[in-house]
Amino acid sequence: MFNKIGLKLIVAVGITAIITIGIFAYFNIQRQSNALLSEVERHANQLSETVKSSTRYDMLLNQRERIDKTIITIGQQQGIRSVRILNKMGEIIYSSQKGDVGEMVDKKAESCYACHAANQPLERLPINQRTRIYKTNRDSSRILGIITPIYNEQSCWEADCHAHAKDKTILGVLDVTTSLADVDNEIQRGEIEIVIFALAAIIALSFILGFLVERWIDKPVNELLKATDQVGVGNLNYFIKEKGNDEIGKLASSFNVMTQKLSEARMQLFQSDKLASLGRLAAGVAHEINNPLTGVLTYSSFLLKRTEGNPEMQEDLKVIVRETKRSREIVKSLLDFARQSIPKKGEVSVNEIIDQAVAVVQNQLNINQVKLEKRTDKNLPKITADSNQIQQVFINLLVNANDAIGKAGGTITITTSAISLSPYGVAQIKKATCPKRHNLVDNEFKIEGVPSIKLKAKFNGQEGLIHLDPVYGRRAHQYFKTFDENKKLSVFCPQCNISLIEENSKCPKCGSPLFSIEVPGESNFQACTMVGCDYQKWDSIDEAGKKEYIEIKISDTGCGMDRDELLRIFEPFYSTKGQKGTGLGLAVIWGIIDNHNGSIKVDSEVNKGTVFTLRLPMKQR
Amino acid sequence: MHSNKNILVIDDEQVVLDAVKKILVSENFNVEESKDATDALKKIDKHKYDLILCDIMMPDIDGFKFLDELNHRKNDTPVIMTTGYSTVENAVNSLYKGAIDFIPKPFTVEELLNSIFRGIKYIEVQKKISSNNVSKHDPTLAYVPCPTKYFRLGYASWVSIEKKGSALIGITDLFLKTISSVLDIQLMKTDEEIIQGNPCAQISSTDLLTHSVLAPVSGRIIETNQELQKNKTIIEKDPYFEGWLYRIIPNDTKYELQRLISCSSDRI
Repeated sequence: MFNKIGLKLIVAVGITAIITIGIFAYFNIQRQSNALLSEVERHANQLSETVKSSTRYDMLLNQRERIDKTIITIGQQQGIRSVRILNKMGEIIYSSQKGDVGEMVDKKAESCYACHAANQPLERLPINQRTRIYKTNRDSSRILGIITPIYNEQSCWEADCHAHAKDKTILGVLDVTTSLADVDNEIQRGEIEIVIFALAAIIALSFILGFLVERWIDKPVNELLKATDQVGVGNLNYFIKEKGNDEIGKLASSFNVMTQKLSEARMQLFQSDKLASLGRLAAGVAHEINNPLTGVLTYSSFLLKRTEGNPEMQEDLKVIVRETKRSREIVKSLLDFARQSIPKKGEVSVNEIIDQAVAVVQNQLNINQVKLEKRTDKNLPKITADSNQIQQVFINLLVNANDAIGKAGGTITITTSAISLSPYGVAQIKKATCPKRHNLVDNEFKIEGVPSIKLKAKFNGQEGLIHLDPVYGRRAHQYFKTFDENKKLSVFCPQCNISLIEENSKCPKCGSPLFSIEVPGESNFQACTMVGCDYQKWDSIDEAGKKEYIEIKISDTGCGMDRDELLRIFEPFYSTKGQKGTGLGLAVIWGIIDNHNGSIKVDSEVNKGTVFTLRLPMKQR
Repeated sequence: MHSNKNILVIDDEQVVLDAVKKILVSENFNVEESKDATDALKKIDKHKYDLILCDIMMPDIDGFKFLDELNHRKNDTPVIMTTGYSTVENAVNSLYKGAIDFIPKPFTVEELLNSIFRGIKYIEVQKKISSNNVSKHDPTLAYVPCPTKYFRLGYASWVSIEKKGSALIGITDLFLKTISSVLDIQLMKTDEEIIQGNPCAQISSTDLLTHSVLAPVSGRIIETNQELQKNKTIIEKDPYFEGWLYRIIPNDTKYELQRLISCSSDRI
């Protein structure tokens, strides 16, 4: 239960909320009850003063009955528990409760102690020292008592009764007690309210937090977890689809990139492993077959030699010898294939490699009645390449073409030619950074099969992402919204927001500012900020001048592919052949051609056919 | 005609033994056979053979170990290697370890006999040297050894690295002495690739046999000897200089030269 990150967070935040709200509530209740008590205190004090002044005159006249009545009347008011007047000895002289009169109060009792601490009455005391709060028994409500001293005045000792001498300071005390039941109820209600509020706040907080945690953390984390599990069991084709733009979203993105790289690496490994084991198998088979073949070849050629006078037998024997020699060549090519697992670049003739590849698939083509047309340029120069890998590319493409044609029969045309291309429209930005070295290449957003360059653009206060076509001069950019032409954009790094606009630079075509991105190993790539302006400049590539390529076109008259399929064919594990293929072929081909700094392009039309155009540079840079 | 020659055939495959024996017996050789190298070594200790035909891929002791064993016993019987796993590495390795020839399986009667006959001739040349005490220190009476600084593949072909990085390739005099007079030489064309241990030229001799010459190094041919095309005899007159076959751009001499025999060791 506690191994869920969301729950842990909720518990942590809940505990924090309980502590803070608890402290807040405690002080709040404290303050409230203090305020209420001091209000009651003030009220009781006022009452005491009222009793004192209203009985003053009667006292001077020594009208005891009137005093009694007044006190009883006041004592009957709601909230007032008792009103008593005590003389200096502690005897109750007047009381709202009849039975009390005449009783003595112990001066050492709690309520008297404040004044009589030193057995000597003090003269003036602040109100809070004259107040006491007590309970008569455990279950009763609290009682607030206030004692007001009655001071000796001139009119007292000059009164007719002569009851008081002049040298006395205090003549007695007035003791008023009021019940705090209402106040206590009020305080209790406040306490309950605050506890309810605190509970509600904590519950609401937990629910909101739970919801957000579920939405922002649990769900994406679970998705990541699911993805890692999938990758763990070997499904490298699993992609996390919904990604936010927060850290988890970025984690998901880099996870996707990682699995993609992993699957590419595994694919290459798988392919080379397949080749290696096939090679071992071939070598074993070659050895095993060559021994019986030796028997056949030696005996038949021996017979051929011994039957020189028998032309009829010679004819038959010659067939055996010829066919055994053919078998020998097949086994030899198997052994040659076995050595392919070691990649090695050398001078190779593309035409020769095509011939070798054709020889491998010729039988398959014959079965499907596929006609093969070769229009090769006989004067093609040699290129530096790994002939085995390039042969693998051709074999793969030919097998694909054959599969696309199917049983109905058709034509595969292979054309080779030497072409010279200006880098414009061909050279590709493979690495790109902002001045702060943030990677701008977006492996997830591909334009015509190649990773695009991600930039942030602002226009009229709106901002969004643009994906730049990485091919120099091709301009199949993708904007976050549709722009009319002639709009000037501000361009930033999407990670650090640094402006990529070059100061003091002007587009020679339209005069707008230029932006530039850094290409490691090459000079900066510049382009115009105006939508629709085609100005781009890449100095180091331009300086290298036109590049010579060998172009190989392999076209078939097969079933073709629709646009959706075309977009996906270079993805690893994407296969249109169902159980028949692994879906690795074209992805591997792409890797091989890319390693040779070449390019590969597909054009296809459903039911008409597909054309693969490969370009391999004649000189490696 | 070869009744005095004893040949030991070693192969773990009975059918190969039978076939080879049949062919060699028809040419009047005395043939002994062994199904493994251990048995063969026992036989060698007891008898003296003129020539050994040995398979490479055999259980326990393989052909390479067998060659090492022979060297260890200071036995100089010429060995022709053969294998069904006929890769370049095997061919070059066999020749480096002292075999005089390499025949990939499966072979025809002609291919086998050509090699055996060259082997017999080779023995005769060696005998000529040892029978003549003077020439023991100077084999030039029997054949011209290849110049120092040259490298050779087995005893058949040589390579000489030129200063500008290219290399010359040719045939040794000893190889020419093991065949009868050269009738014709078929060369590959300029710009073609030659691969170490693979045939790079065919020589037809006057006894109507054809002999494959294995390339000593790999590379791309940039020039073939035009003089040789016009006049075949210069290869016999001056096999190491005027009679070169190809000038090539070698691929990886550093690695490949390790598996060749330096000619400077021949003169000591």
